Amino acid sequence: MNRLEQVFAEKKKVFISFITAGDPSLAMTKKLILTIVKAGAGIVEIGIPFSDPVAEGKVIQRANIRALSAGTTTDKIFDMLKETRQDTDVPFVFLTYANPIYAYGCEKFFARCKDVGVDGVIIPDTPFEEREEFLPFSKKYQVALVPLIAPTSKDRIKMIASQAEGYVYLVSSLGVTGIRSNITTDMKTIVEEVRKATNIPAAVGFGIAEPKQAYDMAKVSDGAIVGSAIEKIIEEYGEDSPKYVYEYVKKMTEAVEAAI
Amino acid sequence: MNNGRYGAHGGQYIPETLMNAVLELQQAYEFYKNDPQFNEELQTLYRNYANRPSLLYYAERMTKDLGGAKIYLKREDLNHTGAHKINNVLGQALLAKKMGKKRIIAETGAGQHGVATATAGALMDMECVVYMGKEDTVRQALNVFRMELLGAKVVPVESGTQTLKDAVNEALRVWTERVEDTYYVLGSVMGPHPYPEMVRDFQKIIGEEVREQILAAEGRLPDVILACVGGGSNAMGIFYDFIKEKDVRLIGVEAAGRGVDTPENAATIANGTMGIFHGMKSYFLQDEYGQIAPVYSISAGLDYPGIGPEHAYLHDIGRAEYVSATDKESVEAFSYLSKMEGIIPAVESAHAVAYAMKLAPTMGKDKIMVINISGRGDKDVAAIARYMGVDLHE
Repeated sequence: MNRLEQVFAEKKKVFISFITAGDPSLAMTKKLILTIVKAGAGIVEIGIPFSDPVAEGKVIQRANIRALSAGTTTDKIFDMLKETRQDTDVPFVFLTYANPIYAYGCEKFFARCKDVGVDGVIIPDTPFEEREEFLPFSKKYQVALVPLIAPTSKDRIKMIASQAEGYVYLVSSLGVTGIRSNITTDMKTIVEEVRKATNIPAAVGFGIAEPKQAYDMAKVSDGAIVGSAIEKIIEEYGEDSPKYVYEYVKKMTEAVEAAI
Repeated sequence: MNNGRYGAHGGQYIPETLMNAVLELQQAYEFYKNDPQFNEELQTLYRNYANRPSLLYYAERMTKDLGGAKIYLKREDLNHTGAHKINNVLGQALLAKKMGKKRIIAETGAGQHGVATATAGALMDMECVVYMGKEDTVRQALNVFRMELLGAKVVPVESGTQTLKDAVNEALRVWTERVEDTYYVLGSVMGPHPYPEMVRDFQKIIGEEVREQILAAEGRLPDVILACVGGGSNAMGIFYDFIKEKDVRLIGVEAAGRGVDTPENAATIANGTMGIFHGMKSYFLQDEYGQIAPVYSISAGLDYPGIGPEHAYLHDIGRAEYVSATDKESVEAFSYLSKMEGIIPAVESAHAVAYAMKLAPTMGKDKIMVINISGRGDKDVAAIARYMGVDLHE
C-alpha cells in the first residue's frame, strides 16, 4: 500500500492542508509542514509557486508572488522536501501548473518526486485530454496524477474518475480558489457519480474555511482540502504563523474526523 | 473532434471547470463555420458595418523613397474601430449570439480588441466586460473611455505585470466563475483550441482580399508579406491564404522593445522557449524554472510573452520568418509613414513598417511587398509624444 492509500484506509476522513512553498521562506515552509502534520492533517499539498496561477484567487496569488520574490525555485523546493521527508511519513502532494513541470523536464520532475518522496501531483491547468504530457512519467515513477472534477464536469465525471490515481480533487465551486461563505454545489450527487466509476477516494476543496463547512464536505466525501484560509494566516502572522496554523489545522482536522 | 495541434504546439491546457465550455464552443464553431446562413450574416457585417474589403494601397512615395520593392499597404486601419480586431470580434460575437450567450468578456492590451468587443456588445445588445492591465489603462486611457462610451465595463487588472498577459489571466479566472452564461471573446490566435483556429479563420479574410487585390493591381502574387506579431492575429490573418504559395515570403515582426539582446523586449521567437501557458503549448519568454518573464514593448498590443501556436509551427517548419524591431525603430517608422504617406499607423503596425524600411531597399524594383497596417495610430499619438519628449496639453 502506498502512503496515499494508507492514509485514506487508516483515517477514513482526511483533512488535506495546502501551503505555498517558499512563503514567506522555505525554512518556514518546512516548519509549517511539520506543524500541519503535528496538528493532525492527513495529507500536505505543497504549491510550487508560478508567476501566473490562473486557477488561484487573490490570497494564493499573493502567496505565489511572495514565494517567488523570496527566490524560491523548484530545485530548492525539492531539497527542502527531501529534508522534511526525514521527519514525517505523511503524504506530500504537489500542486503546480503545467509550465513549471514542463520547463523542469517532465521526466526529471517526476523522477525527483519519487526520489524525494512526493506521492502525487495536481496540475490545475491540465485537463484529462492533455494528461498524456505527464502520465507516462507519473506511471513510470509511481507518483499519482491527481485529477480535478468541477461542478461543470457533468458527463466528464465518469471518464475522469475511472482513470484517477491517488485521490480525486472535487472542486466545490465555480471560479478560482478562495474562501466562500457557503458552498451551493450539490456535492453529494457528484460524489455518487465518482463512486460509480472508481474506488479511489475523493476529497472536496475550494472555498472551505470553517470547521462546519469542512465537516459537511467530509460527510459526503472522503475529506476536505483547505488552502486559502491557511495562506491567510501565514500572510497575517508571517514568522509567528506556526502556532496559529497549528490551532487552525487541529480544529479543522477534528471537524473532518468527526464526519466518520 | 481534433484538439488543435500545430505540430508540437497548441492543445487545450485549461482548468477542468472550463473544459465543457470550451468543448461546447468547439462544437458550435465546427457547426457554424460550415453554416451558409452564419457565413452570410458575417459577410454582411463585414461589408455593411466593418467597411470591408479594406483597401490595398500602393505607397508610391514610400516606394520611391526607399528605392527598392514596390510597397503596398493593406489598410486594416480603415476598418470600423480602427484595426483588424473587428474581423474576429464580429465573428465571435455572432457565434456567442447563436450559442445563446447574453454576456461577453474580453482581455485587451492596447485597447483595440477591447474597443472592438465593446462595439460588438453594443451592436448585438450583449453585456460586455473588458479586462485590461492597469498599466495599459494608463498608457491607453482614451481607449478605456471609448469602451465605456460603448457601454462596456472596463476592469483594471492589478495583478502581475498589469499588462496583456495579466488581463488574459483575469479573464480566464472570471470566466471560470460565470462559465455558463458568459462567452470569452479571445482577441488573438492563441489560447486553448479552438481559439487559435477560430480567430485565424475570422482573420484570414485579410489575406484572401490581398490575393484578389494584388492580382487585380499587378497580375501576380507579392514576393513578401510583412506583419507585426504579438499573439499574432493580424499576421496569421494576412499569412494564412499564402502559406501554400511557397514563393511568397512571410515575415512576422516581433517587438524588440529596448533591444532584442536586452532584458526588456517581447520577442518570443527570438528569445523564447517551449512552454505551456494560457491554454496552449507554444514558445514563451520564461526563466529556466518556467516562470513567465515580464516583457516590455512601447506597444501595449505586442507586450505579450507568448505567440500563437500556429506561428510557432510556421517557425519550426521554416515557412514563416520572424524578425524584430525596437521601440526606437518603430517610433521612427511611425513618423516616417505619417509624413511620407499621410497614414498614421498603430505603433504595433509600425513595427512591420520598421522592418520593411530595412528590407525594401535590398529588394529589386520588380519585387512586390505587402505590409499589413493592422491598425491606425490615433490611439498612440499621446504615447509617442511622451516618448519623443513632446509636452502635450489637451
